[in-house]
Amino acid sequence: MAFDGLRRFISRRKKPIPDGLWMRCEDCGATVYKRVVEEKYRVCPECSFHFTLTSEQRIAILVDDETFVARWNNLSPSDPLQFKAESAYADKIREEQARTGLKDAVVAGTGDIYGKSVTIVVTDSRFIMGSMGSVVGETIARATEYAKDHGLPLIIVSGSGGGARMYEGALSLMQMAKTSAAIARLHEAGGLFISVLTNPTMAGVMASFASLGDVIIAEPKALIGFTGPRVIKQTIKQELPDGFQRSEFLLEHGFIDQIVPRPDMKDRLAQLIEAFRPEPAAAGKLS
Amino acid sequence: MEDFLEFEQPIKDVEKKIEELKKFSEQMDVDLSGSIEELRKQLDLLKREIYNKLTPWQRVQLARNPGRPDTMDIIATFVEKFQELHGDRFFGDDPAIVCGTGIIGGHKVMFIGQRKGKNTKERLRCNFGSPHPEGYRKALRKMKLAEKFHLPVVCLINTPGAYPGIGAEERGQAHAIAENIFEMSRLRTPILCLVIGEGGSGGALGIGVGDRLAIMENAYFSVISPEGCAAILWKDSEKANRAAEVLKLTPKDLKGLGIFDDIVPEPLGGAHTNPAAAMETIKAYLTKTLTELKAIPIDKLVETRYQKYRHIGIFLEDQQAKVVMLPGKGVVESALPTPGEIAAAEMGEAQAVEEEEDVKPGKED
Repeated sequence: MAFDGLRRFISRRKKPIPDGLWMRCEDCGATVYKRVVEEKYRVCPECSFHFTLTSEQRIAILVDDETFVARWNNLSPSDPLQFKAESAYADKIREEQARTGLKDAVVAGTGDIYGKSVTIVVTDSRFIMGSMGSVVGETIARATEYAKDHGLPLIIVSGSGGGARMYEGALSLMQMAKTSAAIARLHEAGGLFISVLTNPTMAGVMASFASLGDVIIAEPKALIGFTGPRVIKQTIKQELPDGFQRSEFLLEHGFIDQIVPRPDMKDRLAQLIEAFRPEPAAAGKLS
Repeated sequence: MEDFLEFEQPIKDVEKKIEELKKFSEQMDVDLSGSIEELRKQLDLLKREIYNKLTPWQRVQLARNPGRPDTMDIIATFVEKFQELHGDRFFGDDPAIVCGTGIIGGHKVMFIGQRKGKNTKERLRCNFGSPHPEGYRKALRKMKLAEKFHLPVVCLINTPGAYPGIGAEERGQAHAIAENIFEMSRLRTPILCLVIGEGGSGGALGIGVGDRLAIMENAYFSVISPEGCAAILWKDSEKANRAAEVLKLTPKDLKGLGIFDDIVPEPLGGAHTNPAAAMETIKAYLTKTLTELKAIPIDKLVETRYQKYRHIGIFLEDQQAKVVMLPGKGVVESALPTPGEIAAAEMGEAQAVEEEEDVKPGKED
């Protein structure tokens, strides 16, 4: 399944390749055929670097066709601090909304994974670096409460280089507490939360809900951590070790359960959900 | 007072003049009490004028003043029978967070405080108040101990941020902070948090989730340091003064945003000008608030804490601005749906989805 795209690519290779269809892998630097990367999974055929997915693409590869119902999508960001610098947050919101077609950096709803209902939240790193402001925090809290109330597994796919969103100040910081508190309630109700980490998951996002999964899985080579590597380097004035803050580093240090390549992600989620599905005798525990 | 900031220069000048006149009058044995009294009045006015309209950046500078009463001063001054409890039982003992049992105004408490250090040696040992994961894990361990014995937890926050380093990442800085926030949101004992200086981002939040959030008059609490924000916005950390303004990090702003409950006043000129008086006020505030929190039944306390955090955030919903504030504070309560309405809406929504199988993404609501 993983290399369907590659096989198709090889079979098409006899045709002449027009200009502009090649691209450079941002990780290994190899020149790769764009169409391969733009296949369903967007993985570099040379080094298996996982390119960024939009929330829509992510949902398409994880959720059964035509089962996704978007929820809590009536929320959009305001500008509570009236944040004005060189550019204003209000303008930035409008630009990002126009560019991405999203209201904020999150898409959430319910859908099926091989016929089993789940609540799923996907942050979208295109929108202000996937950072968490009031809308992302509120959406995650609502999705988590919904999962608790309906006895559904919760899956949150994180991809945020920005962490807590600067433009909403301390309100963004407090979303860390809001989302974590909601997850604590899901935990107390016996609900399953699987946290999926993608490149990059940093700062306030990693220091709250993304770290709180009953099971935490990451895509290969994703940058995951608290402080960004540039700031660490500036602070300690040392070179950082190879592979620092990558998924493999986190696995080695005991902070994630598994590294799962993108083409296997849906199957793995289904297996985990099944592994933790309560036996009929214990099912009463979920509220 | 040894430390003073640029904007305090006019105050220094007048103080110097008073000293000179005093000396002169003593040496020459002439009576200058009239002039001195006049200058004193002038000084008082000047102080009021300057300190009553501090800019956010000036307040950040006051918050960082090393002469302010810190965690160790507070322990020494009014935490009775303090017994320090060390270690996270996993890796080490982080001196940047001090934990222990003690008595505050007659209340037995678990005391947790961030510590910057008073001299160079201490500051290096404490990483200038930036805790490592083992600091957060130590704090959590002591909080769980407090929960077991029904001791209220008092957290004093004073950090520029959690430590950015290789070891901190290897030992899971993000995970340690996340676990603390998670556990503090449901800890079954009262938690009272007071920002006494700097409230730097996730590093502050890691011991900063509680039933009551308070902040000193000249302290700040922010998602990012003003320098960090300036580096992002203007590629220039020198513009921190502008960043401090846009971040809305002052106590008054934070209270207005529904994040902080109380502001603890400081002596005119800042806590460092009269640490004893400042600590008197802190002790009175902690004592009073502990009495209040201990009177609340534990189930109600934990539920109120959840609702408090659940409702922090400002966003638009259905084209209509909905400002969500802390329950019981009387701010735009009317805009909030009642729990009954929410339940009804949820049920209606669930039914709608079950009935109409062809609900398409984005069509809901």
